[in-house]
This record gives sequence, structure tokens and C-alpha cells, in this order.
Amino acid sequence: MTAEAPAITAGHGAAPSGHAQRGISNPILGMILFITSEVMFFSGLFAAYFATRAANVDEWPPGVFAGILDPLGLIMIATIILIVSSFTCQFAVWSIRRGDRRGFVRNTAITFILGVIFLGMQAIDYAILFGEGLTLASGPFGTTYFTLTGFHGAHVFGGVLMLGVILYRGMAGQFSAKHHDAVEAVSLYWHFVDVVWILLFSILYLL
Amino acid sequence: MATHALSPAVPAYRGGLYEWLTTTDHKKIGILYLVNSMLMFFIGGIFALLVRAELAYPRIQIFQNEHVYNESFSIHATVMIFLFIIPVLAGLGNYAVPLMIGAPDMAFPRINALSFWMLPLGAMLLLAGFLTEGGAAAAGWTSYPPLTERGPLNSDGPGQDLWIVSLVLIGTSSILGGINFLVTIFKMRAPGMTLFRMPIMVWTMLVTSVLVVMATPVITSALVMLFIDRNYGGTFFTPPAGQAVLYQNIFWFYSHPAVYVMVLPAMGVISEVLPVFSRKPLFGYKAFIFATAGIGALGFSVWAHHMFTTGAVFLPFFALMTFLIAVPTGVKMFNWIFTMFRGQLTFSTPLIFAVGFLTMFLIGGINGAFSAAVPVDFALHDTYWVVSHLHYVLFGGSVFGMFAGIYYWFPKMTGRMLNEGLGKVHFVLMFVGFNLTFFPMHMLGIKGMPRRIADYADPTWNDWNLAATIGGFMIAASMLPFIWNVFISLRNGKLAGDDPWEGNTLEWATSSPPPPYNFDRLPEIRSERPVFDARHGFVGHGGHGGRDEEEAPKALEEPKHDDMGPTRDMGPVEEMGPKS
Repeated sequence: MTAEAPAITAGHGAAPSGHAQRGISNPILGMILFITSEVMFFSGLFAAYFATRAANVDEWPPGVFAGILDPLGLIMIATIILIVSSFTCQFAVWSIRRGDRRGFVRNTAITFILGVIFLGMQAIDYAILFGEGLTLASGPFGTTYFTLTGFHGAHVFGGVLMLGVILYRGMAGQFSAKHHDAVEAVSLYWHFVDVVWILLFSILYLL
Repeated sequence: MATHALSPAVPAYRGGLYEWLTTTDHKKIGILYLVNSMLMFFIGGIFALLVRAELAYPRIQIFQNEHVYNESFSIHATVMIFLFIIPVLAGLGNYAVPLMIGAPDMAFPRINALSFWMLPLGAMLLLAGFLTEGGAAAAGWTSYPPLTERGPLNSDGPGQDLWIVSLVLIGTSSILGGINFLVTIFKMRAPGMTLFRMPIMVWTMLVTSVLVVMATPVITSALVMLFIDRNYGGTFFTPPAGQAVLYQNIFWFYSHPAVYVMVLPAMGVISEVLPVFSRKPLFGYKAFIFATAGIGALGFSVWAHHMFTTGAVFLPFFALMTFLIAVPTGVKMFNWIFTMFRGQLTFSTPLIFAVGFLTMFLIGGINGAFSAAVPVDFALHDTYWVVSHLHYVLFGGSVFGMFAGIYYWFPKMTGRMLNEGLGKVHFVLMFVGFNLTFFPMHMLGIKGMPRRIADYADPTWNDWNLAATIGGFMIAASMLPFIWNVFISLRNGKLAGDDPWEGNTLEWATSSPPPPYNFDRLPEIRSERPVFDARHGFVGHGGHGGRDEEEAPKALEEPKHDDMGPTRDMGPVEEMGPKS
């Protein structure tokens, strides 16, 4: 349905100031705006994190959990995996821009699998933390940690679903060098999810 | 002239209910928005009447206890704000924006349908609170913790959780709608429709949509944190580790821009109505646009003026920014007044409601500026002054503006005129009732009557409260001529024709109601008043970005006063059908 904008001007080159065709396509603009709104959503959560941390600065993390979040352990591997997946996602975009469908499917499949592995590692990480007694209900540290990483994980899950869709569509041959707005849009979303994770990793583990 | 010609590519109309339930046509969705919102207006209104009836006299008469009273005013406010004002204006925008920019539909028609259908679902969830143990949400529309934290003395039952879930749904609906508007406005404009030739209504929807996309997700974050606090043992807003004032900051970061979401589109409506019924172009078109953008930008820097008395915000900054908002708002006031000044005024119902907006919004703006002064605010905080102020802005402003829009576009939507006499009865009853309800609340506020109380003991408050209650029932009575008017006009109203008001903007260049995909052909767009230009046989007045003056004399040679004048052939109609 989104192809109407070009249709309305088709057939008369005398349009005084042409529109449509030019610039960014509707679905990609829509995705950029959606990502804007997601950025604002995470801004609210980050603001709450910093406010909570500032109010509890004396014991952050609380004594019992000190050292529980090791930046060099499992989570470092997960971080690297997600960053690599952002690269493979971009390789997929470049492939389809060239019209290389096999390259697109291969790179998208790798991205999809890396996303799933990241989710799996996050689940293992959660299991370990639960085992140590850190939960949503164990004070401000647990509340903010699980809220932030949980909502990020939910977004990764959404991104994996989107990757699954474009992977399926790519295998069915629905994308070409000219027609691949969905690929561009999903890649933007995937990069956004990646950037949020880098911020999360930095403030939760390093800061 | 647009006709009902349908191309083979446009799917045939399915009849009746099925069509309405599955439609992706922005006009039908717009009407669905309006109908659903009016229904919510009546539900919210019933709660308002219950509240006013309780307050007519001291002591508890209507409700079993104060808790039920708390539920009533909370649900009244929530329904009116989130399920009436915001969606009804989004509905008007949904109907008008694609027509005004000469587009066949919104950019994402199916997402548009999704945005709408989330609203009835959200409404059902919200009202389902009354069926649960402990009743519906009762902590006011602001739902501050610790009132909303789970606890025997606060909000124990699931009503508050339903409130949260419902608001997340409605917020998502708003965000998707906002994205849709932005893409539509940026990408779907007809040839010649530059940004500075767009109707003001489109500009206000643009700024509104930016606010929606930037601000609404922030309240979603506050709501999910509140939900986590209530249900999973979180400590965001629970002392000692959490801070209740954090919620207020995040909440108002959304809810102050939301005030402009609730009023900017209404400003857009009256900026369409006033020029048409004054027979003049809008005075200061560009100034108006910059003022709108200015209000939108400043709107993000004033949220803490709702929190002056918390002692947790930097008072001078937020007071200053709040006063600054008066500047662009004042610019708009002059735009509107000088549009009417020396105009050829026709006092049709849309104009009367627009003038109602002007006067009432002026009062609401001025008593808002009072509260922006920190010392005054400390005295008036949480009194009926605030109730009065917000109703002068949101009812005196948005609701009057919304009715101006409904009377203005009803002929376009249905092909029939609303009855002028009944419209004027509606206006007079509503105007008098409105002032009788909300003006006394100024006095009550100054006398110190707090908001959100079911009972009061100061005898000097009695008379003003009774007056407000009588006014409230007058407002309710004013809805009867309106409903009757819609009912009889749909059946026997005078046929409207394409352009009953001699309008300026593109929606009047198509038939009433417009065919699916809106236009067969469009007039040349060389100014912000393309239909006016076409009617009077000249093209562009060189005003706003018109760089095609050299073509004007050619068009003047053959004036067509009774036709659309120069038109652009839109090409074969089937090209306008869905492609994918």
C-alpha cells in the first residue's frame, strides 16, 4: 500500500516540484521515527537508572552483590557477539544492494543465529544471577539491572523475529537490488539494538 | 472536479459493518476515531456529572464512600484525556490531513487501522477495573506513587494495573499514529504542495506528531516501571531506595508536551475555520508556523512547573521557560484576531465555536500564566484554581476547537450540512454551561478548596460549588441538540455539495464525501489556498514560496468562477490504486 506516493505523480513529467521517488522511502522513514520513539523509551529507563544510582551511590552495587557483574566473563562474549552481528547485518544490506541474494541470505542467517545466541547467553546470565540471589525484587540494583537488560532483551527478541522474516523473504527471493526497504529498515533497528546494548554494557558493567 | 469514478484497481466496496471493521481508508478510520471518541466523551461526561453531583452540597450523598468518588474523578480524567481529547483530534487529523495535502491515503493505512483499534481495547481494559475487586484506578489521572504503589492503604487491587496496561496500549496507538502522520506529511504531499504551502492544520498535526513520537514513549517507561514496582517487587518509586519524585519527573516529561498534543490540533482547526469564515487569508501564516514549532520545542523544557511544590526542581529555570511559552501563544492570538479583523465574517456554527475557543483559551492561558509564577503557584497548587485552568485550556480550548472542526468538516464527511439553528443552541448552552461550571472554580481555588475531595466543610464554598454543578448539567444538556442535530442531518440534512463554505484547502476540491483515494484530479497548488486560487481563477499570490508568478497572467485569461479552474490531470485513475 505504501507505493501510492509514486503512483500519484506517474504520467506527467510537468510536475512543478516533484516529490515521492526522491529521498528516503516511506518504510525507512517510518522505521527511523519508530527508533526515535524507542530511544526516548530507553531514555526514560536510563534516567531512572541514573536517578536511582545517584540516590544509592554509597552502596552500588550493594555489598552482597559486589563483584557479581564481571565485565570480562560471559557477558563480554555476548557483547562481542552482538557487535559482530551488527557487522554481518550490514554485510547483508550491502549484499542485497549489489543484488547478491546468496550473500544476503548467508549474512542474514549468520546475524539471525548470532542474535539467538546472544539471547541464549542472556538467559544463562540471568540464571546465574538468580542463583546468586539477584532478582528484580532485591533492591534498587536488581530492579534497575533487570528492567534495563530485560527490556533490551525483549527488543533483541523483536529484532530476531524481524531478521527471521527478512531471512524467510530473502530465501523466497523477494528482495532485489531495487526492492529491499524491509532489509534496510530491519538493519537500522538491529544497529539500534546493538547501540543500546553497548550503552547498557558500559554503564552496568564498566561505569 | 472529482467524481465517484472508481478504477478497476480499487477494490469494490464491501458493504456495511464488515467494511467499517476492516477498513484501511483514512477517512473511515478518521470517522471511527471520532465516533469512538464521542462515545468516550459521554462516558467520561457521566463520571464528571457524578463528581459534580457529589460536590453540589457538603457531605457524601451520591457515592457509597470517598473511594468510589476517587475512582470516578480518576476515570473521568483518564477517559477524557487519553480516550477523548487526544484521539478525537487525531481523528480529525486522520480525516483531514491526507485530503489537505492531496494524498490518496495515509502512508501506512494498515498501521493506521491498528492505531485506531487499540483504542477501544484500551478503553475496555480501563473500564474493566470497575469489575475487579477494589474497583478501578483511584489515584487520579496522574497516578503518583506512593498512592499507586501496592498496599492496603494505597492501590491494592488490579484496577491500577489495568489502568497502566490500558495507558501503555493507548500510548502505543498514539506513537504509531504520530509516525504515520509524519511520514504522510513528509512523503505524500501532492506536487506543488511545499512545506510552506501546507494548511495550518497539517502543520499543527506535524508538530503534534513530533511531540507524540518524542514524549509518549517516556510515559510508557514510567508506566512499565510503576508496573514493575507494583507487581514484581521493584523499587523505582518506593522509598528508601527509590524516589517518588522520579515518577513525577518522568510522568510530566510526557504529560506537559501532551498538553500541546491536546491543544495544537485544535488550534489548527480554528486556523482553518477563521480564514474561511472571515474571507481572508490567515494573518501571518509563517509566524503562526514558527509559533507552533516554538510551542512544541519549549514544551519539552517546562515539565517541572507541575512540581514546583515538591522542592526538588530548579524553580527559576522552569518558571522562566513557562512564561516564555506565553510568547508564541500570544503570537497566535494576534494571528487569529487579525485574521478576523476587517474580515467579511459569516457567523456560521464553525466560526462561533472557533471564537469560543479564542475567548476561553485566552482565559485559560492567562490563568495558566498566573500559576507559572512560583509564589502564586505555591498558594494555588492542588486547588480548584488548577482544575479551572486545565478545563479552560482543554475544554474551553480543545473541545470548542474540536466542535468547530466537526461542524466544519461534517458536510465533507457526510455530504450533508448540520442544522445551523441547532448548532447555535448547542453553542450557547455549552458556552454558558462551561463558564458557569469552571469560572466559579477560580473563586474556590482562591478560597483554598483542594482538588480531589469528596466532601467539604467551609460554608463559603457551598454556593460556588452548587453553581458549578448546575453548569455541569448544562454542558450535558448541550449535547442533546448536538446529537439530535447529527441524527436528523444525517437523514434529512441539506445537501452540502463539494464546497459549501467556499474553503481554501484541498479537501474542498473533491466530492463530499470524497471517493476512496480522495482525488481524481487536483487544482494547481501555488499557495496555501489552492482551492481559493482555483475558484477565483488565478494562481498564487506570490506569498508563501510561490515562485511561479510568471504563470499567473496565463491563468487569469480564462477565469472560471463557477468551476475549479485550472486543474491537473491526475493521470489514469488505476494508477492510484494499491500497488503492492
